[in-house]
Amino acid sequence: MLSRRLFLKTSAVIGCSAAAHPLLSSAAFASAPGENRLVVIILRGAMDGIDALRSTLSLGPDHGATDLDGFFALHPGLSDLLPLWRAGQMTFAPAVSTPYRDKRSHFDGQNMLEAGTGTDLDLDAQQDGWLNRLLQVMPGQVSETAYSMGAEQMRILRGPAPAKSWSPDATLNLSPQAEMLLSRIYHNDPLFRDASAEALEIVAGLSPRQPDKKRQPEHLELARFAADRLNRETRIATFSLAGWDTHAGQAGTLTRALGRLSKTILTLQAGLGAHWDTTTVMAMTEFGRTARENGSAGTDHGTGGAMLVAGGAVRGGQVLGGWPGLAEGALYDGRDLMPVRDIRAYAAWAMHAKFGIAKDRLERAVFPGLDIGQDPGLLA
Amino acid sequence: MSIPYDQLAAIRLGFGLSPRQPSPGDPAAVAASVARAAPDPDGITLDRMREWQRTGNRLARAARKGGAEAGRASREYRMRLGSRHRADILARFARAVDDPGGFGERLVWFWSDHFTVAGGTLYTNLMMAAFVQDAIRPHLAGRFADMMYAAETHPAMLRYLDQGRSVGPNSIVAQRNPKRAGGLNENLAREMIELHSLGVGAGYTQHDVEELAALLTGLTYHPKHPGVFQPKLAEPGPEEVLGQTYGSPQAVANFSDIRDVIDDLATHDATARHIARKMAVHFVADDPPQALVDRLAGVFTDAGGDLAAMNLALAEAPELESHFRQKLRQPFEFLVTSLRALGADGPQVSALKPGVLNQRLLRPMAVMGQPWGLPDGPDGWPEASEVWGAPQGIAMRINWALTHVAGLAGDLPDPRDFLAHALGGTASEAVAWAVPRAESRAEGIALVLASADFNRR
Repeated sequence: MLSRRLFLKTSAVIGCSAAAHPLLSSAAFASAPGENRLVVIILRGAMDGIDALRSTLSLGPDHGATDLDGFFALHPGLSDLLPLWRAGQMTFAPAVSTPYRDKRSHFDGQNMLEAGTGTDLDLDAQQDGWLNRLLQVMPGQVSETAYSMGAEQMRILRGPAPAKSWSPDATLNLSPQAEMLLSRIYHNDPLFRDASAEALEIVAGLSPRQPDKKRQPEHLELARFAADRLNRETRIATFSLAGWDTHAGQAGTLTRALGRLSKTILTLQAGLGAHWDTTTVMAMTEFGRTARENGSAGTDHGTGGAMLVAGGAVRGGQVLGGWPGLAEGALYDGRDLMPVRDIRAYAAWAMHAKFGIAKDRLERAVFPGLDIGQDPGLLA
Repeated sequence: MSIPYDQLAAIRLGFGLSPRQPSPGDPAAVAASVARAAPDPDGITLDRMREWQRTGNRLARAARKGGAEAGRASREYRMRLGSRHRADILARFARAVDDPGGFGERLVWFWSDHFTVAGGTLYTNLMMAAFVQDAIRPHLAGRFADMMYAAETHPAMLRYLDQGRSVGPNSIVAQRNPKRAGGLNENLAREMIELHSLGVGAGYTQHDVEELAALLTGLTYHPKHPGVFQPKLAEPGPEEVLGQTYGSPQAVANFSDIRDVIDDLATHDATARHIARKMAVHFVADDPPQALVDRLAGVFTDAGGDLAAMNLALAEAPELESHFRQKLRQPFEFLVTSLRALGADGPQVSALKPGVLNQRLLRPMAVMGQPWGLPDGPDGWPEASEVWGAPQGIAMRINWALTHVAGLAGDLPDPRDFLAHALGGTASEAVAWAVPRAESRAEGIALVLASADFNRR
């Protein structure tokens, strides 16, 4: 029990794709944002990537997981996504992380993931998010270009570039007189002034809710709303899914969380229709979990974790990056999966390929100080 | 603008003004008013929980064996407990609406959030209510160490942070039954240091977390077993946490070692700074003046973590006035402050029907970003104004003020009177100009409730 994963093969390195990537020139995107779409889902609570891809804790490697490539096997909670894998529209980076190390705090880890900075900045100083810095270097963007969805306004999109934030549950109906009076009342309070103006603008552009549509669970409402916006002017959407902190009874809790993620992605796909072909969905988590099982059939906070990428724009069907193995000596700090690549490098290459952001801007403006390295060949 | 102290304290430390009752008029009276937030003798407690869980489990076992009668009995019992939980939520609203100072109930919210536990299922919801009653309310003006000890060892916390399933690798249970031996679970140990005491910026390491996890083994809860400690699960000592040694190799760790380590964590210098800053952030400003933080930290240290001294220091702080309205009320506060301003009283709030509670309070509160008892993680609710001031949240506040007030408060007052009751002398010119120009009584009231003046504190 104490070494749930150490019976596995010690290592199996899967090399980076060596195929040359046709670099897209920024000029092709002069009238950007264009048709490409990016969805970033933050998985709050630290997803156990080892289990998602090896199914070692929930079921054992030979029980119920679906083989992907002879080495990695898909957790049954993700089995709804198998058609995407088979269609070459899904891939994983199994051992990635932000630069965050050692204290293993969810909250600091999530801040760093959303801020997209390195360890050179004080965590408190990391206010703005990397999707907002992307907007700042993106040509032709408008305020509808990027959207944070859900009750929470995502930190990853926070910053000076205008972006939208809305929950599919929210409504606002004002008489013209009330609207005028409120705008006077809010005039001297920038927070209220901007929030209410934005709310009014968003509500005016929403499709009226179809009365026959029953309310779905929150993650599906978010996905549906995201697809609706992405089918219009929005090109970047972000929201979060919680429920990944599987300290106990992981077999059940992780299966449910993975099921929600699967349904979220499939709802996006269905809602996007033909636009799915130009969409990239990246599901990222603050860090991975311990290689060993803890005393409660769960896992504790770790370091390296997995990222899931799906979408019609993805060159899928293969696992990305290396795999450091789970042998005692290969673990980070003797306990966690060793990250082999910075998760931001994948995001950077996606933005390069899909929004035409030049390498040096990615390394200096969006992810300051990051060496984005070789193209992982993530996107077709 | 110079604000009379009673209004200043009610707006900043309480749930705003009420037309029915005056607010305490000086810092000593505000600090003393915290006593009103004492445990409710009829409230949900751990002792009641044990009984309910034993009965509920017995009925559920009988129902699984079959028979329509047994199934109905189990369902009805669960429904009764569910209505007990709803009554507890209403009581939280009612006590806050009825408290003249409001500071005590605000502290209940603050400390329950500092020691976050979440609900979600019938028994976790009820246990969360017991947690507030058992671990938070008795210590609002007591020693921080006592509150921390009560919180960390409460079954609600043991479950929420998985401590009940942490087993010492060399414990008696593990040695007797190596096959199903468990192991450590670090969740509570980590948050105890990172969130509850020293703070993440303090100098501690993964080693301290692991040693504390070993030391905490034995803490567990079962409704049938008395207490919350099973020595059989405990890892033998000693463990070293932050350079201090607890327990000894001869003996299995015992409960007093856990008390000792919590006492040391609770009185650590880093804890004084962490708690001082957290109180300043919650009650004064998202980015509070360092002088205030230093002063509160000094009070915490000098008074040995006496929270009565902290409460008084806050009530006396000149920053209450100098940083007026730099905080945005969280959704629960916004709803309570609205009900209070509308002249609702406790019994009226307690009598709200379940459907009204859901439709007019809990669902809107969730869309404003604060689903009852379900924060995203053990760090609790965010503090930053930008988080609560997101367009979707502000829209929901405006919409609530327009559509739900009449259904909660009945007859609406004249908006001009309401403005005076709700904001006292603190209304801005723009609000005073706009309210009389509203098209209807309901809209006039809504303008006050939706104003930045009312939503800030």
